Parts: sequence; structure tokens; C-alpha cells
Amino acid sequence: MRNPLSKTIATIQPSGIRKYFDIVGEMKDGISLGVGEPDFDTPWHIRDEAIYSLEKGRTCYTSNAGLKELKIEIDKYLTRRYGISYDYNDEILVTVGGSEAIDLAMRAMLDPGDEVLIPQPSYVSYLPCAVLANGNPVVIELRAEHEFRLTAEQLEAAITPRTKILVLPFPNNPTGAVMERADLEAVAEVVKKHDLFVISDEIYAELTYLERHISIASLPGMRERTIVINGFSKSHSMTGWRLGYACGPKLIISQMLKIHQYAIMCAPTTSQYAAVDALQNGDEDVAKMREEYNGRRRYLLQRLKEMRLECFEPFGAFYVFPCIREFGMTSEEFVEELLRAQKVAVVPGTAFGEGGEGFVRISYAYSLNVLKKAFDRIEAFVLQLRAGGDESRDGGI
Amino acid sequence: MMREKILTFIEKNSRIDLRELAVVLGVDEAAVLNEMERMEEEHVICGYHTIIDWDKVGLEKVTAMIEVRVTPQRGMGFDKVAERIYNYPEVNSVYLISGGFDFMVTIEGKTLREVSQFVSEKLSALDSVLSTKTNFILKKYKDHGTVIAEPKKDERIQMIP
Repeated sequence: MRNPLSKTIATIQPSGIRKYFDIVGEMKDGISLGVGEPDFDTPWHIRDEAIYSLEKGRTCYTSNAGLKELKIEIDKYLTRRYGISYDYNDEILVTVGGSEAIDLAMRAMLDPGDEVLIPQPSYVSYLPCAVLANGNPVVIELRAEHEFRLTAEQLEAAITPRTKILVLPFPNNPTGAVMERADLEAVAEVVKKHDLFVISDEIYAELTYLERHISIASLPGMRERTIVINGFSKSHSMTGWRLGYACGPKLIISQMLKIHQYAIMCAPTTSQYAAVDALQNGDEDVAKMREEYNGRRRYLLQRLKEMRLECFEPFGAFYVFPCIREFGMTSEEFVEELLRAQKVAVVPGTAFGEGGEGFVRISYAYSLNVLKKAFDRIEAFVLQLRAGGDESRDGGI
Repeated sequence: MMREKILTFIEKNSRIDLRELAVVLGVDEAAVLNEMERMEEEHVICGYHTIIDWDKVGLEKVTAMIEVRVTPQRGMGFDKVAERIYNYPEVNSVYLISGGFDFMVTIEGKTLREVSQFVSEKLSALDSVLSTKTNFILKKYKDHGTVIAEPKKDERIQMIP
């Protein structure tokens, strides 16, 4: 039999954290801080609206680009929150989560050999999506001493004549880093100078704790060269609804729409009706959840400080990204040991690129009570490692 | 502002350690302690209670919500009547209500008989009480914003990038 597989797909690695997944699942009395999705239920009024749409029998396809009323609400929302506006007719595309939008944007813009700059540590799908779209991913290692922000110098140094796209993953998963206005302005200058395009993944935009998120598309001259990706998963706690969107110039969105049309048809109808309500009546819920995350964030930073575990202060998303280099272990070793000794699951920084070595991602999408219990265990683990003690080895999983 | 922040938080979780509360709210610890003390003095914070599902304990307990119509007393309105009612230790809560009746009174007792007896002998016997309507609670679903049923399990996949 011939090899049934494409050469491209065979080069792509499966996600590295699957192996922990099984271990955590079987643990009794284990605590996972490894989840990258909100712990809140979708606000009831949004769920209620979805149920209502089902009762009314709204169970058909919507138009390919999404419900008109949803696209209008998306434009209104982006205008009121981030000062960017898009024409609902041809500049907004409703997708199956932000993930689909990432894939579409790469496929619509890349030719074989085009280079895509991907700052890492960052979400796991940019690199494979670039490869699947025949692009060449080029990694930029973000650095802890820059608070994991992308600097203009780093960007400049990574650019070649083949560079076409910069992925801008802020607020960032896994580091929690944000880009402030000055950071973005510096990056935007380089982008314009080299005639690059930006895929700005702003899925965590609502979860910033310093000042309101700034979209690079709102800077002068950037709108025409930016695809803004956003969605409802993180802001409205709607991960399972699989609903996101891409906004940008018609030139690019219309091509993304073609792929979406043939591959997907349209985003889930029920989710789209729910999302209309989310944007019309959900601002208060979003603010409440943000406040709650912020309290947990402050609590974890205090705990990290008390156990003298080095960590820069993250101002976005719902992760802290402490450094574990002092223990002379790799991120994976640390994670496995912590899991075995104290039954607490966190994610090794390396799951988000090699630049994550020496760090672990800890999610605070958990109640304060859970966090407290988990951090008592982490503290015990850290103290034991420092004492050189080995008693923890009796723990077993 | 800080007062509101503290109250919003402890209304849902009064057992939090005040040092932790200060960290979570991002304010000074001494200021939180100070503010808590003052709010207790000023009776802004009137008490700390526990939400209990008594059904699970197996202890017999009967709760009734009683609609009460009264004649307000000259010069003192409803307050004096309310006082007569809430001074009974059996009475759990008293609200002045708009609509078809005047007070909503909740009463707890060990048995149905005990509650009925209280209503007929004590409550109805008050001079200003015109009529009562007793509604026994059959099942409590949600109390103080807390759902009484089994808490939801975390169904998220435990490792997600």
C-alpha cells in the first residue's frame, strides 16, 4: 500500500501535553491548574437566548459570513471597546472559534515559502497552521526580561525578504503578557516599514488588568494590514460554543470567506444567536469575571512572592508564568515531579515553544479555594526541592 | 469604594481570611481590618451566617412563609407592629411588603404543629393583626444566591493549551 499521508501533515507534532492529560484524569484528590478555559458558566441570559432560538426553530444555516445582526453587534462592540470599526457587509467573518480564524488568515495570505513570524511562548496552533498553509514559521523568542513583550528590535532582527506575516498573540497565553500602546507603536513602525501583515490574536482582549487592551489595528496605517481575531470563548466564558470572528480589510476577509464557505459553511447557528445577546447584554458579566480573575491574579502573585518563586507580573489573560530554573530541572521534569509528589498539574512552558523552557504555566481559571489548596501544595513542593529533600518521592500517583 | 468592594466579596464568602481579602482586593491590609471593624460597629455588617441544607442533616425542621395583614398603629405606622412580631425568637425574618398584604414573616419550628401553634396563638392573637396566610416550604432550591442542589463538577478537560 502506498503511504496515505501527506508529507506536510507528517511533519507536524501532536500537542505535547496529551501525556499528562491521562495521568491527571486518573489521579484521586489531584488538582489541575492546567486548564486554558474559563471556570465560569456562560451567563444564564446568554444560554437562555440560545434555548429560545432553538424553541423558535432557528436551526438552519446562516449566511456564510454569519448572521447580519451578529456582525452589526460585533462592529458596535469593537467600536465601543477598542475604537476600531468594520463594515458588517464585507469586513467581518464569523468563525468556528478564534482557532478557525487563525487557520483561514494563514491560508488566505500565504504562498509557499512565505515566512510567518511567531513570537513564542504562545498558543500552540500558530505554527502548525502556518505549516499547513505552506508557510515557513519563524519563531521569535520572547524574553522574561522584556516581560515577554515583543520588542521592535527583536522583530527587526527576525525579518527577511520572505517575511510576510507577523502573528501578534497578546494578551498572551501562556505568559499573561500584554503589549501597551508604546510597545505596539514601535512594532507597528517596523511592520509598516517592511510592508508586513499582522494576524492579531486578541481572544484575551477583555482580560487585561493594567489598562484596557489596545488593538494594533487602531494605530495609524495598521487597519489595512491587520486581521483582528477575537471571539466569545474567553470574554464571555463560551468556549464550548465554538464562536469567534475575524475582522479586516475586504481584500483579505473575502478570501478567508471563500475557504470558510467551502470548508465550514457557517458557524453554529445557535451559538450565533447566543452571541448576539452576549454582545448586547453581556458587558456587565464580562466586567464581573474580569474583576474576579484580577483578585485571583493578585492572590497568586502574593503567594509566589511569599514562596520566593520568580515571576514577572502578568497583566493579561488568566495565567501566571513563574520561572523554575532555580531547581535545575527542565519544565517537563518539574511538572512531572510536582504531579507525582503533590498531585498538582500545571503545564510545562515548553508546550508553548522551546522558549518556554524554565517556566511553567499556571492557570487561575479556578475558584480561590482551589487555588489556595493547590498553592499550599506547590509551596510545600518548592520548599522540599530547596531543602534537597526527597521524601516527596513516596507520594506516587 | 473600598467598602463596596469588601461587602460585595464577603457577601458571598464571609470566611475569607482578612489578610487574603486585602491581597485579593489589592488594598492595604490595615485598611481592610479597619473598615471591617467600622462596618460592624455601624451595623452595616449585621451578622455572619451559614447556608445549610438541613434536609441532609436529617433534623426535622419546618419553615413557613406567612403573609400577614395588619392595621398600622396611629403615629407609629408599621414599625411598631413589626417589632411586636420580630421579637419572637421563632421568627426568622420580617419584611414589609407592597401588594396584597403587609408583612412577609418566615418562621422556623421543629414540627408543623409547632409552627401552626405559633401562628394561631401568638401571631394571630396580636391586636393589630387582621389576617394571616401560612405557606409551608416544601423544598429549598436556592438561598442567598446559592443553589442548594449538588454543586456542579468541573467538567473541563484537565489539560488544555
